Amino acid sequence: MRRGILLRLALVALLLALVLRPAWFAPIFAPFAPEGGPVIYDRASLLSLSLSHLGLVALASAAATLVAVTLAILVTRPAGAAFRPLSRTITNMGQTFPPVAVLALAVPALGFGAGPTLVALFLYGLLPIFENAVTALSNLPPATMEAARGIGLNRRQRLLQVELPLALPVILTGIRLSVVIALGTATIGSTVAARTLGEVIIAGLLTNNTAYVLHGGLIVGLFAVLIYDALVRLEAGLSRRMGLAKAA
Amino acid sequence: MIEIDRITRLYDGKPAVDAVSMTVETATITAIVGTSGSGKTTLLRMINRLVEPSSGEVRINGEPTTGLEKHVLRRRIGYAIQGHGLFPHHTVARNIGAVPRLLGWPAEKIRARVDELLDLFSMPPAEFRDRFPAELSGGQQQRVGVARALASRPDLLLMDEPFGALDPIIRTRAQEDLRRIQRALGSTILIVTHDMEEAIQLGDRVAVMDAGRLVQHGTPAEIITRPATAFVAEMVGGVERPLRLLSLFPVSDLIQEGPAEGAAVPDRTSLRDALSTCLWTGRDALPVERDGQRIGRVTLDAIRSRAECHA
Ligand SMILES: Nc1ncnc2c1ncn2[C@@H]1O[C@H](COP(=O)(O)OP(=O)(O)OP(=O)(O)O)[C@@H](O)[C@H]1O
Ligand SMILES: [Mg+2]
Repeated sequence: MRRGILLRLALVALLLALVLRPAWFAPIFAPFAPEGGPVIYDRASLLSLSLSHLGLVALASAAATLVAVTLAILVTRPAGAAFRPLSRTITNMGQTFPPVAVLALAVPALGFGAGPTLVALFLYGLLPIFENAVTALSNLPPATMEAARGIGLNRRQRLLQVELPLALPVILTGIRLSVVIALGTATIGSTVAARTLGEVIIAGLLTNNTAYVLHGGLIVGLFAVLIYDALVRLEAGLSRRMGLAKAA
Repeated sequence: MIEIDRITRLYDGKPAVDAVSMTVETATITAIVGTSGSGKTTLLRMINRLVEPSSGEVRINGEPTTGLEKHVLRRRIGYAIQGHGLFPHHTVARNIGAVPRLLGWPAEKIRARVDELLDLFSMPPAEFRDRFPAELSGGQQQRVGVARALASRPDLLLMDEPFGALDPIIRTRAQEDLRRIQRALGSTILIVTHDMEEAIQLGDRVAVMDAGRLVQHGTPAEIITRPATAFVAEMVGGVERPLRLLSLFPVSDLIQEGPAEGAAVPDRTSLRDALSTCLWTGRDALPVERDGQRIGRVTLDAIRSRAECHA
């Protein structure tokens, strides 16, 4: 437990240093830089790239959550059951397109910049959240649902007070998966001029500068690991608070 | 008064409940007994419209249940579901207070009511109020389920095998508590059970179901002494019938003058327990007392003839 906390603190410190004090790492990355070339990326501040990267991911994931959960709620109502296969097909399609293809297709419509990246991240984020939300909402404990009807909760109250809270941990798992996918996928957004940490990595690839690639990759990786971990802990905490720990 | 009027429910063309009619008087307990799959739960669920009847109707105090919106109807009817169905994400207190909260009771009143009910079911509020259902034993969960059904003091209570998971001692106590609450509040209760013993002890009326049909509906004594069908006779348990019958009456029914040796029994003791005491202690008569005062005796002969004359 203590060791876990220490490890997390160390990773956070490392991440902050990589973003805020990149110069400290020059000696470490120097061997990977081309002879006489720059070691540390300096065309933009890593902080602003990080913030913009995280912002894109947060926005796309929030939109994906909203749409996916709403869809899942609709198709798990008796009236919406008929749309279940269709909505599954649509969310699946988001996954089958390679992200590069989505970017390429979106650029003519949305122009260069953040727009196409947002669309790609959004489409990629839908499926895991939708699948998890549908599973969670259609596998609620039958006796509890019966009791919810039996004591006189109306549809809306059942949804808000019983179904969604009980489904929340599983929905969160879906959100976690799609956030982590989005964190990685966002890097290729820089190919269409979205400001993300991918800029550092791609600059490294173009100039044969492995130091850039390592630096950018480490930052993205650390963000992914730490956010993943935080969400896992949030899920566990929620389940425990809701008394589901034993059941789960 | 609840009038169940030729109510039928078909599943895949086969009746789970088949043209059942029954009138339940206000402020009585009706115990519905029958084997597994005989349609008891389905019958109960048609009263609060968790299941819609294929035909027939239910009237509460003359009003058809279809006249209200379902959720409004259900808030007025306490419902203890088979297998408790507690909300796993809510504490015990919040589970019990669910209906009062829906009805807009003030928080203080809900809190007091929750504690009162926990006390009633021998679960110290300070210890149990803030636990989650997963942190309770099966029997405790079941009692919380019953407490939730009672919370808003509904006039009508539907209970589906509410005491199934309780050990015999707690079960007897829970039955007595339910009896007491029902008498005090004048509630009307329909309680489903597998257990004829429980039905006889608890019910003012017993309704016996067999394969979706109501085969007999009467007082416990009628069911025991004049079973309508071979199935009912089997349910009331051939050889145990005289004992079950005796369990319905207190010794005060048979009290007489005369001498009796040994320890006295209270006048509310059932004839069955008195018989048992006679046999166990080898006496032909027991002194009977009320509030510590000796008021007469009950004899083995009198008990025997009581069992005989009904056979
Ligand atoms: N939703 C349903 N769909 C199909 N058949 C059903 C449904 N609900 C109940 N049945 C059938 O109706 C019959 C009566 O079921 P019900 O649950 O009322 O029995 P019960 O008397 O309560 O039994 P138990 O004592 O086991 O609880 C059974 O044969 C059951 O299989
Ligand atoms: Mg049943």
